Amino acid sequence: MILIVIFMAGIVGYGSYVPSFRIKPDEIAKIWGEEAERIKKGLGIQEKSVPALDEDSATMAVEAAKNALAVAGISAKKLGAVYVGSESHPYAVKPTATMVAEALGATPDLMAADLEFACKAGTAGIQICMGLVSSNMVNYGLAIGTDTSQGRPGDALEYTAGAGAAAYIIGREKSQILAQIDATYSYTSDTPDFWRRPHAEFPTHGGRFTGVPAYFKHVMSATQGLFEKTNTRASDYDYFVFHQPNGKFPLEAAKKMGIDTAKLKQGLVTPVIGNTYSAASLIGLASVLDVAKAGERILVTSFGSGAGSDSFALSVTANIENRKNGVPLAHYVAQKEYLCYGLYVKHRKKLKSL
Amino acid sequence: MGVNMDESLAITWRRIPERYRLEGSECTKCKTSYFPTRKLCPACRRKGSIATKMFSGKGTIYSFSEIYAPPAGFELEAPYTIAIVQLEEGPKITAQIVAPHPQVKIGDSVEAVFRKIQEDGQEGLIHYGFKFRLVK
Amino acid sequence: MRKVAIIGAGMTKFGEEWGRGFRDLIIEAGKASLEDAKLQGEEIEALFVGTMASGSLIGQEHTGALIADFMGLTPIPSTRVEAACASGGVALRQGFMAVASGMHDIVAVGGVEKMTDVDGGNVALALGGAGDQEWELFTGATFPGIYAMMARRHMLEYGTTEEQLASVAVKNHKNASMNKYAQFQNEITIDTVLKSKQVASPLKVFDCSPVTDGAAAVILCPLDKAQKYCEKPVEIIASAQASDTLALHGRRSLSSIYATQVAAKNAYAMAKLQPKDIQVAEVHDCFTIAEIMAIEDLGFFASGKGGKATEEGKTALNSDISINTSGGLKGCGHPVGATGVKQAVEIAWQLRGSAGARQAKDAQIGLTHNVGGSGATAVVHIYKKAF
Repeated sequence: MILIVIFMAGIVGYGSYVPSFRIKPDEIAKIWGEEAERIKKGLGIQEKSVPALDEDSATMAVEAAKNALAVAGISAKKLGAVYVGSESHPYAVKPTATMVAEALGATPDLMAADLEFACKAGTAGIQICMGLVSSNMVNYGLAIGTDTSQGRPGDALEYTAGAGAAAYIIGREKSQILAQIDATYSYTSDTPDFWRRPHAEFPTHGGRFTGVPAYFKHVMSATQGLFEKTNTRASDYDYFVFHQPNGKFPLEAAKKMGIDTAKLKQGLVTPVIGNTYSAASLIGLASVLDVAKAGERILVTSFGSGAGSDSFALSVTANIENRKNGVPLAHYVAQKEYLCYGLYVKHRKKLKSL
Repeated sequence: MGVNMDESLAITWRRIPERYRLEGSECTKCKTSYFPTRKLCPACRRKGSIATKMFSGKGTIYSFSEIYAPPAGFELEAPYTIAIVQLEEGPKITAQIVAPHPQVKIGDSVEAVFRKIQEDGQEGLIHYGFKFRLVK
Repeated sequence: MRKVAIIGAGMTKFGEEWGRGFRDLIIEAGKASLEDAKLQGEEIEALFVGTMASGSLIGQEHTGALIADFMGLTPIPSTRVEAACASGGVALRQGFMAVASGMHDIVAVGGVEKMTDVDGGNVALALGGAGDQEWELFTGATFPGIYAMMARRHMLEYGTTEEQLASVAVKNHKNASMNKYAQFQNEITIDTVLKSKQVASPLKVFDCSPVTDGAAAVILCPLDKAQKYCEKPVEIIASAQASDTLALHGRRSLSSIYATQVAAKNAYAMAKLQPKDIQVAEVHDCFTIAEIMAIEDLGFFASGKGGKATEEGKTALNSDISINTSGGLKGCGHPVGATGVKQAVEIAWQLRGSAGARQAKDAQIGLTHNVGGSGATAVVHIYKKAF
């Protein structure tokens, strides 16, 4: 049982980052003899982001976090906690959070740790920061979701596994909160839909099993759980952001819950940048916050295989109108250079000799 | 992997403030900014006084070259662009311009970004630092 | 201060000398210089050897003692001198000072580098150590890249062209074709250079000096004793050295080498001569742009005019000034530690009139110019016929 309390916590800064390289499903499909149009339609994806050779989850996290600090207008020195959620941490052992904190100039007076929960470690970080901020243990906590996700060559994931990061600064000063976090609710179970063993280069997934018993069950249970605990319903929200492993699942989940799919549009960015895993729902939220108006309400539900979902109810405050400069997600979405499959293989170091 | 390129852990660790967040120095006597850090002001020598100074990471391209014949450890990224960047605080430094980028020109505005610089093979340390990105 | 003369000079063939190692090379050059001076070896009182990167290239340090050992010169003092690509020139200056000061009478100065025992990527790494390891090499900047950035500034500030850069390589290959010790014996055209593979834009393969094995040596003694050993001694009338920031990005200008300007000014003052008095010069053309900057910084041509002067043939053999008659670093080859000493060998031969087909007519005064790294060290010597 999770208690719903009124949190004295909200988002005071947010930022995202998406690398500039892209690959289209057509490039990948032609290697494997697949029909590109069928894949694009089936997965609801037009292209996906690919990191540069010198980018990884740590470097992208720093880019997103710098944007979040710019929006918040606070110094990195004020951060009391940094949590980095990823399933592609540069090191298996050695924290990404320390590198990020050091690059931001937040060290040494802070708590820091890495998180892993497939695609929802970023939202888990937000929940941790909410607890720390609400309990006055820290004034500001930084939670980041960042991934350079991998798909096995020829696997369906190869069409969607993208790269990106999103960073959220959680604080309690009313004058700084851009979006109040009204409530959070999580739904968790042991569901073996997707995993990667140590030393394995690529993840393994359960194919169609990743759908109904995994993604849909958890996303819908968490979302509906939040409705119940907060006595709200779909019509109370202006925007919905769901974890988006492809362009189709979030829309299907919405339909099943009777949610107007138009409310998902602003936060559904996987079709143009791919599935950014730990960053996916958080980048979707950043896209919404980039255009949100005071008084609007947002519901975000992440999903991490294995499995669990974190749902958040947010109310946008008047502070959103005079937020400081950051780089909007649209900037990164628009800035792109396409790769052929050969260069993509080099970028993702998929050749054994690389 | 370039065996000789593997910089010692301690060298990388000592350089973290400079390489990760452009922490340089300044002589408080003659007000000259130094990046990379200098522990002695070459102008004032023992009469100088060195203090830490944060650099903004903003600058312009002073000169550049595309590297087609990389040293060991940089083969995968070649061809890549290196540049001497004039920082807005005064000093010039050498760094890569991140891909993808249009044709670089002397005078182009750039900003520092945090990137991987080298990796010591599959199992060794990853060395991070600054590169620069063209800004419009 | 005593006057100092070169009484013997010798060198190995420069090139990819697969069959010979570091020890073989310096011994061959040392023997050649001793034979030239008609010495047995026991007359040598001290040895100075320029070597840049034996640690990285052959895994061997302490090469001063090693060379004394294999030359059969122990127990005389033997010192390795390192100043990157200026190691040879700086070793010569150490030898000069040892004799000039009266500390020693007969001194041998060698320079040697064995570069082909490691692969190209590791040669680039070893040479990169001539720059700032932590702030240049670390970033992926290579030496061609560093000189390329100078070239780009020179082109921007003075309108120097890629064709003008290429004309340096064409001229030096032509000179090298007349030098049996040179790595390259073939003439090339402007097109050869312009169409060669990019290394670090705007520099292409033929804008760059090669990876070379080789050694060179000279024997020095007080001028007043020189006639005893040598019919045609050559006096070293000036020796000057200057330093600058290790990293290129720390320099006041990228289109000139300040250390060269300072060393040149001091050398001319010491010799009581002017640039126009020099007939033949070996200058440091590790890259084509380096020769253009050198002939400007040494005062042979005005700043920004070096490219045009080269293109117009003013630096060709027996023109306004004969630059790099040996073929320079580009044509003769650039075994880094050996280069500075090889330059002295070439000038000694030119002033003695023994340079054969590439002889500069009536050469009375010669100059050598050796640069370490991208200009953090520069050393200039001026020589005069002393017979």
